Amino acid sequence: MAKVELRGFGWRHAGRRRPAVSGVDLRIDSGERVLLLGASGSGKSTLLTAMAGLLPDDSGEQTGHVTVDGRAARDARDRIGVVFQDPQTQLVMARAGDDVAFGLENRGADPAGIPAAVRRALDTVGFPYPADRATHALSGGEQQRLVLAGAIATGPRLLLLDEPTANLDPAGAALVREAISGVLTENPDTTMVLVEHRVAEALPLVDRVVVLGADGGVLADGPAAEVLHRHGERLAAQGVWVPGTPVDRPRRSPGTGPALVTAQRVGLRHPDADRAALAPTDLRIHAAELVAVTGANGSGKSTLARLVGGLSTPGTGAVYSTGDRRPLHRWRAAPLAARIGSVFQNPEHQFVTSRVRDELNLRPRRHADPPARIAARTTELLERLRLEHLAEANPFSLSGGEARRLSVATALATAPAVLVFDEPTFGQDRRTWRELTDLIAGLRDSGTGILVVSHDTDFVTAVADRRLSMVEGELCSA
Amino acid sequence: MLGLTPVADPGAFIARRNPVVKLAVATLLSLTVLSSLDPLTPALVLLPVLALLPLTGVRVGRFAHRLRFLVPAAAAVVVMSAVFAADKTGRTLVEFGPVLVTASSLETGAALGLRVAAVAVPGVLIMATTDPTELADSLVRQLRVSDRFAIGALAALRLMPLLAEEWHMIRMARRARGMDSGGNPVTGARLFASTTFGLLVAAIRKGTRLATAMDARGFDSGVPRTGVRRVRVDAADRWMLAGVAAGCAVVLWTSIGLGVYRPLW
Repeated sequence: MAKVELRGFGWRHAGRRRPAVSGVDLRIDSGERVLLLGASGSGKSTLLTAMAGLLPDDSGEQTGHVTVDGRAARDARDRIGVVFQDPQTQLVMARAGDDVAFGLENRGADPAGIPAAVRRALDTVGFPYPADRATHALSGGEQQRLVLAGAIATGPRLLLLDEPTANLDPAGAALVREAISGVLTENPDTTMVLVEHRVAEALPLVDRVVVLGADGGVLADGPAAEVLHRHGERLAAQGVWVPGTPVDRPRRSPGTGPALVTAQRVGLRHPDADRAALAPTDLRIHAAELVAVTGANGSGKSTLARLVGGLSTPGTGAVYSTGDRRPLHRWRAAPLAARIGSVFQNPEHQFVTSRVRDELNLRPRRHADPPARIAARTTELLERLRLEHLAEANPFSLSGGEARRLSVATALATAPAVLVFDEPTFGQDRRTWRELTDLIAGLRDSGTGILVVSHDTDFVTAVADRRLSMVEGELCSA
Repeated sequence: MLGLTPVADPGAFIARRNPVVKLAVATLLSLTVLSSLDPLTPALVLLPVLALLPLTGVRVGRFAHRLRFLVPAAAAVVVMSAVFAADKTGRTLVEFGPVLVTASSLETGAALGLRVAAVAVPGVLIMATTDPTELADSLVRQLRVSDRFAIGALAALRLMPLLAEEWHMIRMARRARGMDSGGNPVTGARLFASTTFGLLVAAIRKGTRLATAMDARGFDSGVPRTGVRRVRVDAADRWMLAGVAAGCAVVLWTSIGLGVYRPLW
């Protein structure tokens, strides 16, 4: 039972000109379950953090009020439970039970009652292991279930969930949604606010949808079905994954060419591991072919991507580029980047300069073209990936979608014949998703050989020419 | 926790001892060893410690693996000290150009090498058989360390493997961008600096996120924290501490009695 009220609420992060959120008036009653939607950059997460009372005073400038049960959110934190995206930066303790107890201990709960409360919370979220289970040995979905258990252990009356499934593979995400549903059924009075841009999956958990406007304020508010019916098209245009939006016709290669990269019995086993990260694998990527590898987190997809990209040293076998007898992992970095481009799951790993333009101008020294040609290529890439207006910005200040586009552009800058993508569409809104899908399909059509590892089945269905799946380090045809 | 295989089962004698008592034991042993410059005192400490290892439940093979860097390190100390010792009296053992090793300089070297080993073995043993969570709890309860400090440090420790992974990713991403050192030390240093900066950015980000998540669960509430895990000092802990103290006294008494004890001061 908690009532949330926002009156004329706004927040501007220190050092930013534009407010992240502005002019929000909203009233959420006890026991309501609200889905908070909005285009990327509309300030959903900021708003949720404000309701959680977790925006530090010195980190920005607030207008208006946000209260929980009549108290400033900051002073009502003992009745609020929060779950964020990344389980790894939310788990505090090494053992599951200790982690659930963490919040209870912080609030000075009587130690005699803590073990029972911990067990209850673990049961509610369906945690399948004993309480002394090591947290690092859990899968992402199990970890996030545990985070949820920690959040509900203190009996919060307001539950705030900030994209709790965004970092998980589909199986893990389903586990977490099931756990959330269990929590809500068991605590009918608990108020919940959920931020999630995969609307179809979130709808069974909510009864009200609130849409934030891109330029501040609340764009739409009401029963879920009604809001989606009336504003569905506009939301879809803004990048929200509205259910029922028509899917594009799948695109296939116009005709594949010769093999560009060949993996021969390539495999890897980490010392002390129970099984190989990747069992010896054969794989060929042809010109104008898009090979997609799907599989759960930890199945060895990323290991394969890094080996095919020539970035890590295999334990067995090797990967060769057609026409060269040296295995890729022995190549110098400069010729490698000119032959095979790799795009990492986290775009920020790839940024090495402090300006978007410099990022694209960067060329390995020995492979440098004349400056005029480099500049022309940079301009072309900026236009193609809608980054012109950001040419002078710092790469680390970009939004998720912008950073993803830039990381793709950096790989294209050296015009490689082969591209390897690790989860390119991961966590993207619908608009960026479509741009990326079009771009990657277009590269394939113009002759680039492409390997994509992804658990985004929509993406794979839309563009893959050949589908493979990875199960516990073994590659099989899907 | 850091992905290391434990060197003792959780139920073994050594693993069940109170962490702060174990720290006290290691301190006693180290002080005994460091108090004298002779080779006998560290040997008298090291030998019983090694002999008692299997009785405490330590898996000797794994522990030896953990200590694999100690042998070359101690050997290097012996050689360097024997060659460069100021006191070159006694019988000449090796003379080769400017290199001169005598009986007394070899003794100095051996004493230093033994000291290194006698301090390192109990120290590594204690870190390798102590659960970090229990250490934090024990520091709070037995030594009255601030609980929010101890738990905060523990949470930071949990981030270490994540950062190790991050470092690896950033290095691979640099290679994908066409950047490597190619054996050139200047380029290598520049690449190292840029990778380090990337890691720093990631560390601050992850640290901030973890801190926010901890505060969301009341870590900054200011309410006195309770502790669900009880860490006690039991009879076995007291006996172990008393036994080690007595052992150290016997070692000192022996080396003083034999006239080899050379106090540090």
